[in-house]
Amino acid sequence: MNWVFNNFGLIWSLTLDHIALAVPPIIVGFLISIPIGWVANRFHASRGVLLTISGLLYTVPSLPLFIALPAILGTGILDPVNVVVGLTIYAVALMVRSVADALAAVDAGVRQAATAMGYSGWQRFWRVEFPLAGPVLLAGLRVVSVSTVSLVSIGSVIGVSSLGYLFLNGLQRNIIEEVASGIVATLVIAVVFDLLLVLIGRLLLPWAKADPTARRARRKTVETAIAGPSAGGPTVNDPSMAGR
Amino acid sequence: MDLFLNGFAWIFDPAHLNGPGGIWVRIAEQLSYTFGAVAIAAIIAIPLGLWIGHTGRGRDIAVLSSGGLRALPSLGLLIIFALGIGIGFKAPLLTFVILAIPSLLSGAYAGVEAVDRRTVDAARAQGMTEWQVLTNVELPLGLPLLIGGIRSGVLQVVATATLAYFASGGALGVFINEGLKTRDYSELIGASIVVTALALVLEGIFALLQRLFVPRGVTAGQVTDVRSRSARPRAVVGSPIQEGK
Repeated sequence: MNWVFNNFGLIWSLTLDHIALAVPPIIVGFLISIPIGWVANRFHASRGVLLTISGLLYTVPSLPLFIALPAILGTGILDPVNVVVGLTIYAVALMVRSVADALAAVDAGVRQAATAMGYSGWQRFWRVEFPLAGPVLLAGLRVVSVSTVSLVSIGSVIGVSSLGYLFLNGLQRNIIEEVASGIVATLVIAVVFDLLLVLIGRLLLPWAKADPTARRARRKTVETAIAGPSAGGPTVNDPSMAGR
Repeated sequence: MDLFLNGFAWIFDPAHLNGPGGIWVRIAEQLSYTFGAVAIAAIIAIPLGLWIGHTGRGRDIAVLSSGGLRALPSLGLLIIFALGIGIGFKAPLLTFVILAIPSLLSGAYAGVEAVDRRTVDAARAQGMTEWQVLTNVELPLGLPLLIGGIRSGVLQVVATATLAYFASGGALGVFINEGLKTRDYSELIGASIVVTALALVLEGIFALLQRLFVPRGVTAGQVTDVRSRSARPRAVVGSPIQEGK
């Protein structure tokens, strides 16, 4: 424990670096996934294609991706932008499926009622479908948040400052407390982010708790997401079912 | 784009491909971590997942631990094991086993849970024992999700096995480490291409396996088009089966 007390300043500043690298991908990834997920859900033919592409994007290992991005983006290899862009790609890869599933879970009767009341497609999306998809979206976002926070540390291998520094430095200097404190700090960030997301969900989606259908759909999303973005089934694995 | 051409040139240089520290050897190491770790994780997680799915006991624990394990940074885990039990292949293997468990566990239990409870009740009503219900009904019907879990475990491990060199465990990350230290970008990009290609090939193989091994007509847990089709008129043939059981 002494190591932790003596180096609290270092842990704290690396924690802030870690957070700064984790937040943009979560938010930007979420925003980018909404239109892609909408298209995937709206047009039958595109669903299989878009979900397959996003599944394949998630397959690309993170370290090679962080290394290849500078060559594609023209950034320096030490630029934090590489890590942010790479993690955004993973966030999109995970989130597109959640958005498509969330929108698909909105009751068709509700959608028809909104149309019947004279909502245009745009209004219907933002005022009816999007809020009702909220609980499932939130579940997907929680998975994205956890995996982003844990992946940030890989960035330190290519020299971008994060809690991963404690792992590499601890390895070099053979200080097990240093590595452990990095792991604990990462877990703490993940838990805090998760609690924040739950809190935001409580405030923005007060109806979510009462709705058993949403709860079931949400549970399913979490399970598929935990099992991995490609574990879902025929949309990714079986092109012949893609158009159904 | 020149960087990528140089990367490919690096890969196909016979001096890099063959020999004791060559690309083929590193690929074999990467694959042995992958299949070794997933096999060990399967022995632990699949029976546990099937039990949780069958009995319904401990499912909250399963969900929570799956999420919690996912938050563990694999690099930190690998290094702490390396410091604890020494460098070599054991520390990476242990890390990758832990990495693969959540996917396999949730795949197994979600697969069993996705089976329609009425089907299970029907099997019991026919006089099947609990063991028969599990092996003859729930396991085959839940197979798509179970294989899906194995698949995502394999993919996670094959991608992460790149980090094994931190514990002197070999695998393809060795080239990435070398490339980073010597600023040899063709080696960096070349090794990255190999790792990514390996992951994509495994993904393809599993997609194929999933089609071959899942019995025809089994749809449990498969994400079919969940949109209801009530927008179109349809003949009344009794009420459609509700999603809720």
